[in-house]
Amino acid sequence: MNAVLDSLAALGRTGLEALARLGRGHVLLLGVLEGLGPLVRRPRLLLVQLYSVGVLSVLIIAVSGIFVGMVLGLQGHYILSRFGAEATLGVMVAASLVRELGPVVTALLFAGRAGSALTAEIGLMKATEQLSGLEMMAVNPVYRVLTPRFFAGFLSMPLLAAMFSALGVYGGWFVGVGLLGVDDGTYWSQMQAKIDLEEDIYNGVIKSLVFGFVCAWIAIFQGYDCVPTSEGVSRATTKTVVHSALAVLGLDFVLTALMFGK
Amino acid sequence: MPSRRRPVKRDVLVRIRGLRFYRGDRAIFDGVDIDILRGKVTAIMGPSGTGKTTLLKLIGGQLRPSAGSIEVDGQNIHALGTRDLYALRKRMGMLFQSGALLTDLNVFENVAYPLREHTDLPESMIRKLVLLKLEAVGLRGARDLMPAELSGGMARRVALARGIALDPMMILYDEPFTGQDPISMGVLVQLIRRLNDAARLTSVIVSHDVAETAAIADDLYVIADGRVIDRGPPAKVKVSGSAWTRQFMQGLPDGPVPFHYPAAPLAGDLFAV
Repeated sequence: MNAVLDSLAALGRTGLEALARLGRGHVLLLGVLEGLGPLVRRPRLLLVQLYSVGVLSVLIIAVSGIFVGMVLGLQGHYILSRFGAEATLGVMVAASLVRELGPVVTALLFAGRAGSALTAEIGLMKATEQLSGLEMMAVNPVYRVLTPRFFAGFLSMPLLAAMFSALGVYGGWFVGVGLLGVDDGTYWSQMQAKIDLEEDIYNGVIKSLVFGFVCAWIAIFQGYDCVPTSEGVSRATTKTVVHSALAVLGLDFVLTALMFGK
Repeated sequence: MPSRRRPVKRDVLVRIRGLRFYRGDRAIFDGVDIDILRGKVTAIMGPSGTGKTTLLKLIGGQLRPSAGSIEVDGQNIHALGTRDLYALRKRMGMLFQSGALLTDLNVFENVAYPLREHTDLPESMIRKLVLLKLEAVGLRGARDLMPAELSGGMARRVALARGIALDPMMILYDEPFTGQDPISMGVLVQLIRRLNDAARLTSVIVSHDVAETAAIADDLYVIADGRVIDRGPPAKVKVSGSAWTRQFMQGLPDGPVPFHYPAAPLAGDLFAV
C-alpha cells in the first residue's frame, strides 16, 4: 500500500515540478520580450550576439546543407530514374529542402551548435555570480544578457535555414547534373515551375521562425534556470539539446499537418 | 514635562527588524535584528552555512524575507518597485566572493561598465574615473588584463574598483578574505578600511575570518542558528561571556559546537555486525 502511495506522491511531485518549470519558463519569456524596447535603443548588443550565435554557425550549416543536398541528389536520382522521371530531380531536391529538411535539420544543428553554447554561457554566468553581480549593479540581467541572445537566435534561424536550403540545392545539382548526367536546364526550369512561393517557401520560413523562437527560448531558459554548479550546467546543456530536438520534431509534425494537411 | 534624557540618536543606514527567512522548512534566520551604522565598518560573522551570503542578498533586495523588514537609508527595500529598487542599488556596491567580473571584458571595461550603463559621461571622463578607481586599488597597471589572467585577490580588487565606480554610499563584502594568501589578505584588509574612511562609505563585511575581520570592524555581530548571539565592538565580543562566542572567536575545536557529528556510541557501532 505504501509503495503505491509513494509512487503516486512521486508522480505528483514530478508533475508539479514540471508545471512550475513551465510557469517559470513563460514568466522568463515575458521578461525577455519586455526587454525588446531597451534592446532597440542599444542595437550593438544584438549585433554582437548575431555574430556569435548566427555567423559562427554558418560553417556547420553550409557544410551540412551541401552534403544533405548531395545525398538527396543521389537518392532522388536512384528512385526517379526507375520511373524515367530524372527530369523532376530539381523539384524533388528543392521541395524536400525548403519544406522540411532546411528548417528541421538547421534547427537540430542550431540546437547542438548555438543552443548548447548559449545555455552553457548563461549557466556559467549564473554559477560565477555574474548575473547576480549585474543585478546588484542595477542592470537587469534578463534585458542585458538574455534578450539579445534570444532575438539573435530567433532571427538567425530563418537566415541559416535559407542558406542551408540554397546550398543544398547546389549540392543536389552537383550530383544530379554534374555527376549523374541530368540535364542542366531541366533541373532548374522544373524547379522554377513547380516550387511555389507561398506553398513551399513561405511555409518553410514560418517553420524556421517557429523553430528559432522555440530553440532560443529553451536555450536561454535552461541556462537561466540551471542549478549553478558544474554538474547543473552540464545537465542544462544536455537538456537544451534534447528538449530542442524533441520540440522541433514534434512541432514540425504539427506545422506540417496545419500547412499541408487537408 | 518632556524628559531631558533623550537616547542618543544613532545614524542607522540599514535597519533590520524581526528578519525571518526560510529555505524549505529550515529557518535560515529566525528573528534577527541588526543596525548598520552610517560611516562604520560592520562585520557579520558566523560559521559556514549560517546564511551570511543570504543576508547580503536580502539587504540587496535579491531575496525576499519570509517576515520582518529591512530598511536601507529609510526605505523598506522589499516594498520598493523595480525602478526605485534599481535606483537604490546604484547607491550600493557589492563585492562577491568570486569577484563576479564579466569574463568577456577586460579590467578597464569591467570597471567602466557601471559608468557606461548608468551615466552619459564622455569617454575621456570615463577613462579618468576608471583610472582613478583602479589606482585606488593599486591595479592601474593591470587595466588591459582579462579576468582569467588575474589572481583571486586581484579579481576581488578589480571588483572593488567596479563597486566604487558610481561612488556608492555602502559596500557589501561577501567573504572578502576567503582563500587569500597572507599578502593579498593584508592588502584587502587595509583596502577595505582605507576606502571606508577615505570615501565616507558604510561597509558591511560578512566573514568567518575572525582575526582579519575583527581587526578592522567597528561593530561585530555574531550569528548562529538563525539568531544574533552576540554584538558590540570587537574587543567586547572577544571577551564575551557566551561559551559559543568564545569557541568561535578563538577557534577552539570542541565546545558548545561539538567536534563529533551526532552518532551512536563508537563501541556499539564498531561491533554492530
